[in-house]
Amino acid sequence: MKVRVRYDKRGKVRFLSHRDLARVWERSLRRAGIRVAYSEGFSPRPKLSFGLALSTGYESLGEYLDVELHPATEVDVADLPAVITPHLPPGITAQRAVVLHPGTDSLQAAVTSASWQLEVVGPDQAALAAAVERALAATELPITVERKGSEVEVDARPAIMSLDVLPPEPDADDLRGHPALVGPLLGAELATQPRSLRPAELLRALDPAWREGRVMRTHQWTLVDGARCEPIPLGDPGARAATPAPHAQARAS
Amino acid sequence: MADVWARLEPHLASVQKPARYIGCELGAEVPAPDPARVGWLLVYPDTYEIGLPNQGLQILYEILNERPDARAERSYAPWTDLEAIMREHDIPLFSVDTHRSADEFDVIAFNLSSELVYTNVLNCLDLAGVPVRSADRGADHPLVGAGGHATYNPEPLADFLDFVVLGDGEEAVSEITEVIARWRDGGRADRQQVLRDLAGLEGVYVPSLYEATYLPDGRLEATRPIDPAAPETVEKRTIADLAEWPYPKRQLVPLTEVVHDRLNVEVFRGCTRGCRFCQAGMITRPVRERPAEQVTEMVRQGLRRTGYDEVALTSLSTADFSGIEDVVTATMDDDATCGDVSVSLPSLRVDAFTVGIAAQIQRARRTGLTFAPEAGTWRMRQVINKLITEEDLYAAVSSAFSQGWRRVKLYFLTGLPTETDEDTLGIVEMAQRCLDLAKANGLKGSVTVSVGGFVPKAFTPFQWFGMNTEAELRRKIGLLRDAVKGKRGGNVQIKWHDPRASIVEGLLSRGDRRLGPVIEQVWREGGTFQEWSEHFSLERWQAAVEAHGLDMDWYCHRHRTEDEVLPWDHLSAGLHKDFLWQEWRDALDEVGLEDCRWTPCYDCGACTGYGIEHVVASAVPPAGGSQGTGQDLGRGGEVPVTLLPRRPAGVGT
Repeated sequence: MKVRVRYDKRGKVRFLSHRDLARVWERSLRRAGIRVAYSEGFSPRPKLSFGLALSTGYESLGEYLDVELHPATEVDVADLPAVITPHLPPGITAQRAVVLHPGTDSLQAAVTSASWQLEVVGPDQAALAAAVERALAATELPITVERKGSEVEVDARPAIMSLDVLPPEPDADDLRGHPALVGPLLGAELATQPRSLRPAELLRALDPAWREGRVMRTHQWTLVDGARCEPIPLGDPGARAATPAPHAQARAS
Repeated sequence: MADVWARLEPHLASVQKPARYIGCELGAEVPAPDPARVGWLLVYPDTYEIGLPNQGLQILYEILNERPDARAERSYAPWTDLEAIMREHDIPLFSVDTHRSADEFDVIAFNLSSELVYTNVLNCLDLAGVPVRSADRGADHPLVGAGGHATYNPEPLADFLDFVVLGDGEEAVSEITEVIARWRDGGRADRQQVLRDLAGLEGVYVPSLYEATYLPDGRLEATRPIDPAAPETVEKRTIADLAEWPYPKRQLVPLTEVVHDRLNVEVFRGCTRGCRFCQAGMITRPVRERPAEQVTEMVRQGLRRTGYDEVALTSLSTADFSGIEDVVTATMDDDATCGDVSVSLPSLRVDAFTVGIAAQIQRARRTGLTFAPEAGTWRMRQVINKLITEEDLYAAVSSAFSQGWRRVKLYFLTGLPTETDEDTLGIVEMAQRCLDLAKANGLKGSVTVSVGGFVPKAFTPFQWFGMNTEAELRRKIGLLRDAVKGKRGGNVQIKWHDPRASIVEGLLSRGDRRLGPVIEQVWREGGTFQEWSEHFSLERWQAAVEAHGLDMDWYCHRHRTEDEVLPWDHLSAGLHKDFLWQEWRDALDEVGLEDCRWTPCYDCGACTGYGIEHVVASAVPPAGGSQGTGQDLGRGGEVPVTLLPRRPAGVGT
């Protein structure tokens, strides 16, 4: 049986790399007594697959992991987040898990865009707003990006699906509540297909002198019959809460 | 500012591998600040990746945190990129557990497992805002201590360390905590008095209470106490029974990649094989085995708690562990691990029995096996007392190839006492024979030879030996490379350690207090991370030695005489100096010495001096070859061994 798990990555653990995270999940699943299926061959590997890598240092409210469970594993998938979370490091919280039906697209294939919050270090609120307006009005935004070791010029504009300057009202559930913010917050939805645009590349398109501060991926989106939806939505009234107040304990920093 | 996290965090995205600075490991302690508890900052003065797995540090971390009057946190040397940022932004050295500033702790204690980290010790102190020299520290500064194998000759660091613990730290850390608590409760008034009190503890050496004097010819005259509180000789600490110390109980599980990233369970401490080059084997005597059932339980519980799928049974020679077969069988058959667990033996003995054990535990993934014959000829192995016969080695290698292993790695030393070119070239001959054995088994196997330059260490029979020069070590490595090139097949590969680093290791391992300013100069000139080739510079060390009117050759390459006072003569690992000298003479005469676990005691001093004994579960020498014992193992069981009474073993909670 294959399951998909949605989880957060917040606080100090945002500095774990994608590779580190894979190892952390493997060990956490073993500690929780959830057996995972292994690949065949000379050097068997547990069958875990992660979606789009999150850069080291970024936080997220919507990460996903597909796990193929060992046939002997008996676990109520709805309970899985509550079973696994105590075995994960502080700051990583499993939110929901669902059974994946055979033939479901992989995360890499299914996710078409992601929503971000970026702390922009450099401009004030007004300067950021002006840059956002300019960018949205532009028909193309050429930037130089590094792809596979060489520098190429690409147009950033088609990958920008929305941009807005976030109002400064604190919201403890995401980056807006963070006490250490020094720059205004930018909200952005960026395409991941056919070519993905990275948050740092977006900033370069807005103004090469600006730097990213804190960055958080808030959602990943798939298209189902033309409608945008999350691989596992959290707001589903039928869903069981993974843990009470999942963010409360993750505010380690 | 107490918690430096807020100042550190904005910079972490721009440094390499930031996860090594965040803590958050399974097993990490995040104690609330509590002025009533003595705060220890345990520092491994190298990178997190190297330092995190260190078992000694983890054991003390747990023991201290279990005490109601102590708390312990950890720190590692920040890599150069973060160090530059810390210096620029005035961020002090911090603990990874709570990110508290290092100078808030009562004690900063370093684990010293190698000499090349000494400059990092100074750098860590400086980053902590603590004066590097003990003499410059005042009432408000933390006490600075050290332990670990390198501290058996702590003299080069005498200017910088307030105290040094010799030997096992399990009991000493508690006694030190109590002394410091009393000092602190008295208002930390008299730093000199706390040092005197520390000097009164068994196994604790306070360098500033001793004075070293020198003869006109530059040799040491004596190192004498200059304070009545300081004993003439500081004896090492030894815990009598490992069963009472089932630590670590909560081994740290890192979130990022480190070396030895697996569960580690220590199966015994000490070794009496008697290899004459081996400092670890000499200073950790006697042999103290952990009961097999306790090992099994620690493995079982450890795997469940950590989620690791690999466990290493650690010791200086794990195949010698009496309970090896019981433990391996129990671990491999544990239903809870579903057969997904691999067991590794980091120190394989060279014989077919050992390969049999290896075959039992490596059911899948039989890639490579490593053996350490250490020398290429039987004559040379008699000199160093590593009594592996050619039959042992070839039986082991043949057995490995016939059971599916493809790669064999062989460890050797070069630059050993009395070594001739014939001995050096014997290394290649051995490797070539091993390769032939692969072919005989119908395999295209590979044999890798790893060669290290021999560095004499304190408290070994070779402590009197003038080590080979860099040029001589290079010449010998060159001989080996040429010999491999000339051979057919060409599958023997040679790897070697940088001889330049061996020279600095040799300088420091037998150095005296006059090297303090040398270490300080190298550090001030930026010479940190000397174990890392990209940061190592022999020239910097040579220049510093000369700048202080000293002579590298005199320290490294001079044979010492029997009457010479050695810089560590006022310290004791229990070994009688005349035993070591006799061993040195026997080495030169190519006479081997048996393993005293299974033969009558030859009184090296380690047991008799401390009223303790070997703790071994079996009166019979291990099955298999004769390696290291020189004994007729077929006779087994006839030798007198005292078994200590033992209470039932448990692992605790």
